Amino acid sequence: MQVTLPRKLTTRLLRTLEIELKVRQSRMKNQILRMLTGTLAFLASGVALADELNMRVGVTDISRQVYDLHMTIFYICVAIGVVVFSVLFWSVFQHRKSKGAVAATFHDSTKLELAWTIVPTLILIVMAIPATQVLVAMYDTGGEDMNIEVRGYQWKWQYKYLDEDYNNSFSFFSNLATPKSQIVNRSAKTDTYLLEVDEHLRIPINRKVRFLVTSEDVIHAWWVPDFGIKRDAVPGMLNELWAIVEEPGIYRGQCTELCGKDHGFMPIVVEAMPEAEFDAWYATKVTSEVVRQESMSKTFTHDELMVQGEVIYGTYCSSCHMANGEGVPPVFPAIAKSPVALGPRDDHLSLVINGVSGSAMQAFGKQLDAVQLASVVHYQRHAFGNDVGDISQPQDVINLSNGQ
Amino acid sequence: MSEVIHADHHDDHAHGPAKGMLRWLYTTNHKDIGTLYLWFSFAMFLIGGAMALVIRTELFQPGLQFIEPEFFNQMTTNHGLIMVFGAIMPAFVGLANWLIPMQVGAPDMALPRMNNLSFWILPFAFSMMISTLFMEGGGPNFGWTFYAPLSTTYAPDSVTYFIFAVHLMGASSIMGSINIIATILNMRAPGMTLMKMPMFVWTWLITAYLLIAVMPVLAGAVTMMLFDIHFNTSFFNAAGGGDPVMFQHIFWFFGHPEVYIMILPAFGIVSHIIPTFARKQLFGYTSMVYAVASIAFLSFIVWAHHMFTVGMPLAGQLFFMYSTMLIAVPTGVKVFNWIATMWRGSMTFETPMLFAIAFVVLFTIGGLSGIMLAITPADYQYHDTYFVVAHFHYVLVPGALFSIIAAVYFWIPKWTGKMYDESLGKLHFWLSFVGVNVTFFPQHFSGLAGMPRRIPDYALQFADFNMISSVGAFIFGFSQVFFLYVLIKTIRSGAPAKARSWEGAKGLEWTLPSPAPYHSFTYPPEVKSEEVHG
Repeated sequence: MQVTLPRKLTTRLLRTLEIELKVRQSRMKNQILRMLTGTLAFLASGVALADELNMRVGVTDISRQVYDLHMTIFYICVAIGVVVFSVLFWSVFQHRKSKGAVAATFHDSTKLELAWTIVPTLILIVMAIPATQVLVAMYDTGGEDMNIEVRGYQWKWQYKYLDEDYNNSFSFFSNLATPKSQIVNRSAKTDTYLLEVDEHLRIPINRKVRFLVTSEDVIHAWWVPDFGIKRDAVPGMLNELWAIVEEPGIYRGQCTELCGKDHGFMPIVVEAMPEAEFDAWYATKVTSEVVRQESMSKTFTHDELMVQGEVIYGTYCSSCHMANGEGVPPVFPAIAKSPVALGPRDDHLSLVINGVSGSAMQAFGKQLDAVQLASVVHYQRHAFGNDVGDISQPQDVINLSNGQ
Repeated sequence: MSEVIHADHHDDHAHGPAKGMLRWLYTTNHKDIGTLYLWFSFAMFLIGGAMALVIRTELFQPGLQFIEPEFFNQMTTNHGLIMVFGAIMPAFVGLANWLIPMQVGAPDMALPRMNNLSFWILPFAFSMMISTLFMEGGGPNFGWTFYAPLSTTYAPDSVTYFIFAVHLMGASSIMGSINIIATILNMRAPGMTLMKMPMFVWTWLITAYLLIAVMPVLAGAVTMMLFDIHFNTSFFNAAGGGDPVMFQHIFWFFGHPEVYIMILPAFGIVSHIIPTFARKQLFGYTSMVYAVASIAFLSFIVWAHHMFTVGMPLAGQLFFMYSTMLIAVPTGVKVFNWIATMWRGSMTFETPMLFAIAFVVLFTIGGLSGIMLAITPADYQYHDTYFVVAHFHYVLVPGALFSIIAAVYFWIPKWTGKMYDESLGKLHFWLSFVGVNVTFFPQHFSGLAGMPRRIPDYALQFADFNMISSVGAFIFGFSQVFFLYVLIKTIRSGAPAKARSWEGAKGLEWTLPSPAPYHSFTYPPEVKSEEVHG
């Protein structure tokens, strides 16, 4: 008995291990299969896969010009490569000692050397002409129908509609919408994984939209591949870009300048809409802006503040201070049981409004409105085991901001 | 002249290495210091490589599996810094130490004590830099280009250590360069005129001037960072009236010559290996020298092509586009000359030659993608994507690194007096060749498809190419551990090497016995025309 029981146990263990292994193997197999198909696809390089292999043609006149330029230069480079490597490999296969080749003694030729200085120069001039034309076309700013300020933040984009033709301007933040569970592999990833945001930048088609790109903190870069435009967002500088999009649709891009921890998690999503649809959306946006302004004078209950606060915490705070409020000390301090969250309310509010200079803690007074600030601070003071028992209202935030 | 030689003669009895481990600390011998540099760079190469494998492991699949984004950024930053300043540059200085005195017919380097100092600074600099990874708040995480204000206002506290380490590395490089220039200009054997110097010596002479010109610029950049961080200045802080873009101009004024610092000595090495195994004189020696000089000159007026998206006026964009495209001309001349050297030669394909031919092919691919990147409007689409990562890894790994490996196989019989195992060397070559291409070729595609660089996680359409790339990285990484084995085996039990270890080898170093004596040439050798390349 004493012997059989362990044996049974071991067989059972072995069996579970075997199953585990099989599962892993099949996973591995899947991966290897995917890799193989990837390689095959690359070899077949079918038109269907052009998206994965080559630059996108895009949906603006500029992006098409850039694509054509890219292909021209690419074919010239391939042609040069083919010629140069053919000569090299011909030599490698023909002029080998094992084939009885005897070394020649020539070691220079002015004519040849002049030729391979002048011919490449000519090829470069041929490349430079279309490149200059496209670049000049890209710099044709002015005559725009509307202006949008694009402002980079660690780690989100703010879009502000500035145009005077539309009397009211308004702004909003565009945050990554991919849930954390997908990023840490606890739920299946969707097709737009890491390329989805909570609020799209909406622009009309067929109108010249001018983007004024800048940054609030570090350098970011704003890139929409389908528009063929990319520009750094530099603090203290205003760069301009423009696009006339011809087809309605949703176009996705990413931040392309290393900007810290969540550089990989601040996508750009632009929705190009037919003109009429855009105008209608714009009008509702302006109306809701009025409503939002009015809510600043409202008084909220504890429950209302907690509900709004949790949402805002998840969007703005949790990437550093973590969903459980524990932070990542010492860089990102905890909120749970922290002296700030348990201390005087106004100190807590001011810290969130003004940020902490020289640290990653931003001045959220510029990013969130009074309602949002009041609710997120209230939430922080009554979540993660904190329970101060006071209340924060939009009016408190406004008073504090005015007092400064 | 003869008086000096006689005076030296008395010291003959002391011409051997000292005993014990302290020999390595006190040594002023160019071969000892060369060896120290080479082993140091190999150690850094393995550390930087391990970091690359951490990066590739995380990128094997979409999603965060192994490391946090914060640590990922520290890995990309330190991988870059260690490979550039710790692996490639010290390896070239090590080769210069070993080879330049032997190739110009000198007994040693001109400034042996400074030589010792310039090496021994490095272990301290890198220990300091790597130690920041274990500090509170972590090490440098702002990319090897450390753009302000990410590297100043928003940097971890350890950035001060990083700044000090960069200063030390710069001091070491400047001292090394002064030494190399002094040696080349003053210690050549009679008859070794400038236009008879071996190509490796020429490329290093020009590289050393580049280093002296740009290292102080880097030192200036990090000093301004230091002041911004600790003394409330605002060089790069827009809120205080400074300019973050100025940082990039200063950095790349250093950075662009820096990338040529990492490739010009490689050109020199390949210009030795190809003629040797083609058994034919280097084609167009004079134009080779002029090409290197013009590349060096152009390297100072192209820096802003790293910054096409930063927002420059049209005239600036055009100037930097045209000047960058021009570099293709002298670089093309070099490639054509190498091929013309091979043409109608009598070639054999020992390991150094395999690496050298792979260098020519793969470096040219990197050069062609460089031309694509020079085209400003197209660069907007490539900038800061994996296309750039593929481009510069093609010029640095099968470019600079392959040339260093080729040099080691080529000259190791001279250094150790022993021959490496040819079949192991060839195996190492093919593993590296396959590994490097499987790793970096697919990155062209992920870049064109729109994958930004320096991201720890990516959208699903990039998954296949990243997986292939990661597999390639592991093949490449482990084949370099295999290289270590080949080297140790050579040193321990390689077959004895002849003085002229290769049939077609030319140059003064091959007139010395193998292994070369501790003090290379105690009497100036005669420079015979058959040992001269030009």
